[in-house]
Amino acid sequence: MNYHWNWGIFLQQVQSGDETYLDWLISGLGWTVAVALAAWLIALVLGSLIGTLRTVPNRGLAMVATAHVELFRNIPLLVQLLLWFFVVPELLPRDLSLWVKQDMPAKEFFTAVICLGLFTSARVAEQVRAGIQSLSRGQKMAGLAIGFTLPQTYRYVLLPMAFRIIIPPLTSEFMNIIKNSSVAFAIGVLELTFQARQMQEDSEQGIETYLAVTLLYFIVAFSANRGMALIERRTRVPGYIGGAK
Amino acid sequence: MSFFTQFDFSVIAPSLPFLWEGLKFTAKLTLIAMAGGIFLGTLLALARLSSITPLAMVATWYVNLMRSIPLLMVILWFFLVIPIFTGKPMGAETSAIITFTAFEAAYFSEIMRAGIQSVPRGQVYAGQALGMTYWQTMSYVVLPQAFRNMLPILLTQTIILFQDTSLVYAIGAKDLLKAAEIAGKNYGRPIEMYVFVALVYFVICFALSYLVKHLQARTAIVR
Amino acid sequence: MIKIANISKWYGQFRVLTDCSTQITKGEVVVVCGPSGSGKSTLIKCVNGLEPFQQGDIIVNDISIGDPKTNLPQLRAHVGMVFQHFELFPHMTITQNLTIGQVKVLGRSKDEAHQRALQLLDRVGLNSQADKFPGQLSGGQQQRVAIARALAMDPICMLFDEPTSALDPEMINEVLDVMVGLANEGMTMMVVSHEMGFARKVANRVIFMDNGSIVEDAATEEFFGTPRSERAQLFLSKILSH
Repeated sequence: MNYHWNWGIFLQQVQSGDETYLDWLISGLGWTVAVALAAWLIALVLGSLIGTLRTVPNRGLAMVATAHVELFRNIPLLVQLLLWFFVVPELLPRDLSLWVKQDMPAKEFFTAVICLGLFTSARVAEQVRAGIQSLSRGQKMAGLAIGFTLPQTYRYVLLPMAFRIIIPPLTSEFMNIIKNSSVAFAIGVLELTFQARQMQEDSEQGIETYLAVTLLYFIVAFSANRGMALIERRTRVPGYIGGAK
Repeated sequence: MSFFTQFDFSVIAPSLPFLWEGLKFTAKLTLIAMAGGIFLGTLLALARLSSITPLAMVATWYVNLMRSIPLLMVILWFFLVIPIFTGKPMGAETSAIITFTAFEAAYFSEIMRAGIQSVPRGQVYAGQALGMTYWQTMSYVVLPQAFRNMLPILLTQTIILFQDTSLVYAIGAKDLLKAAEIAGKNYGRPIEMYVFVALVYFVICFALSYLVKHLQARTAIVR
Repeated sequence: MIKIANISKWYGQFRVLTDCSTQITKGEVVVVCGPSGSGKSTLIKCVNGLEPFQQGDIIVNDISIGDPKTNLPQLRAHVGMVFQHFELFPHMTITQNLTIGQVKVLGRSKDEAHQRALQLLDRVGLNSQADKFPGQLSGGQQQRVAIARALAMDPICMLFDEPTSALDPEMINEVLDVMVGLANEGMTMMVVSHEMGFARKVANRVIFMDNGSIVEDAATEEFFGTPRSERAQLFLSKILSH
């Protein structure tokens, strides 16, 4: 093995400017967190809605929800991203299409957020559905029996328990969305993976670069994990072990 | 009005042979990584559950490490590091196969670990009572049951793996997606190619997940 | 108060209720018994529309359950129901379990609901448990809370779906005591139960169901004295033999 280590590389200036490589990585980290959090918001809101709809008695609504899940679950994330970036603007009305292609600010960022949000919403929806279905049928009946409407029964009885039960799988989805945000490099979002590749080419110190970036991903994922664990502890129901029925 | 009039899907037909080559690599990568991943994953699972502490620790670390980094970074890592170690340049395709096998092993090992733990402890005792060694108990009694219990989940993971192979795009390996991109450039029709390739992925994944659902329903009755 | 008229119900091809009819007048206590799978739990869930039925109708307090125009939530708010497995809301404290319906459905103020909740907890002997969660109570305690939850809505009648069959034997009486108290106060009650002692003590009538049909519907003394149908005799001999 013949490799030239240079741990000082991070404080050196990049070849084409007065920033350091560390600046690149920190800004990449910022974009990674921004993409992941914004997409997570979409995924959580939309996924909860779709997952709930999959359990309602109304056939039409349930079918629309199922179609949503199947569509976003069965196409690779990267392919979906390229569709959003290259194909969707072509399908828009002419003026809007031109605006998207030429003037839209932070186009790459928003495309990545929408794509990753919808992709993850299908997975969140499946977890929400599983959570609701894991509750006993009697819970829904008990809600209805005291005079709740169906929406009220979901709001006060089913969803609060379902969400508590699915915190562990939602934690994995949250970590997944952070990891999956790396795909955004393909359309030029300046997130961590993009910066890693750029720094590796620019500095020719690949191993140091990748080690640093891997460490940063590790830290982000670990913080996310701790954050979710905190939520899990805060919402724990006394006398109820791990949410198992 | 009709936005589809500006699309020209006639470019698909002549590029089919080229796309077929891409799909063949995607399939090859999926199958090798599945077989290798399940094999290595099972060994990793056994290591994690073994009473030899250092072995269990190394396996745990490996699995947790792989599972906390984006696959894309792992692909870039292997592509960068393997040539440094071997001193020889390596093709993107070979690198992809090694990467996916090593990466998927971590995920498959978690599934196999759950599968092994789903087999009642009494089965191990029963095997030992018959005079079987550790490896005999594992390979004749525990693993077959674990494998059968986990088959639907192993297959679901394989569908995810199939989708994830599109990420070899990052190192330029010629899979289905890359082939579509090249064909799109050659004909000046990237849009149609992306749509077509998305459709191919969708049909394959949808059909496979439908099969898994059926299998799940059937095995659920058997148990 | 409750009029069940020629109810039939199918699950797909499978007929679970066949032409069931009976009436419960105000202040009456009716116990419904029968072997498992006889359709008694399904019938009682039809009374407040938790289970849909395909034929016949049920009239509760002059309101038709089968009529699609009926506002079922509004009706259910005044029909108390107690379930086999309690079905308390596990993420809420005992007090919250008792107030949520009052506040969200009846529109009572939080203070008023809280007052009523404490009053009812006192009545079922559980005011020391007000701030606990259901998972921290015993089965018998949970079922008493469930009765209090139903009473908090000031129901015009109460439905009990096997209220003691999921309980350990030593907890059955604490629940039955509360129910006897209710019956003595003149509450209209329909009770699906195998507790024949309870039936003898407080029921005005006993209904025996088998295979989705009402086989026998008689005054209590009459039912225990000389059950007319062979099925009911057999059932009673099995239940009362120990």
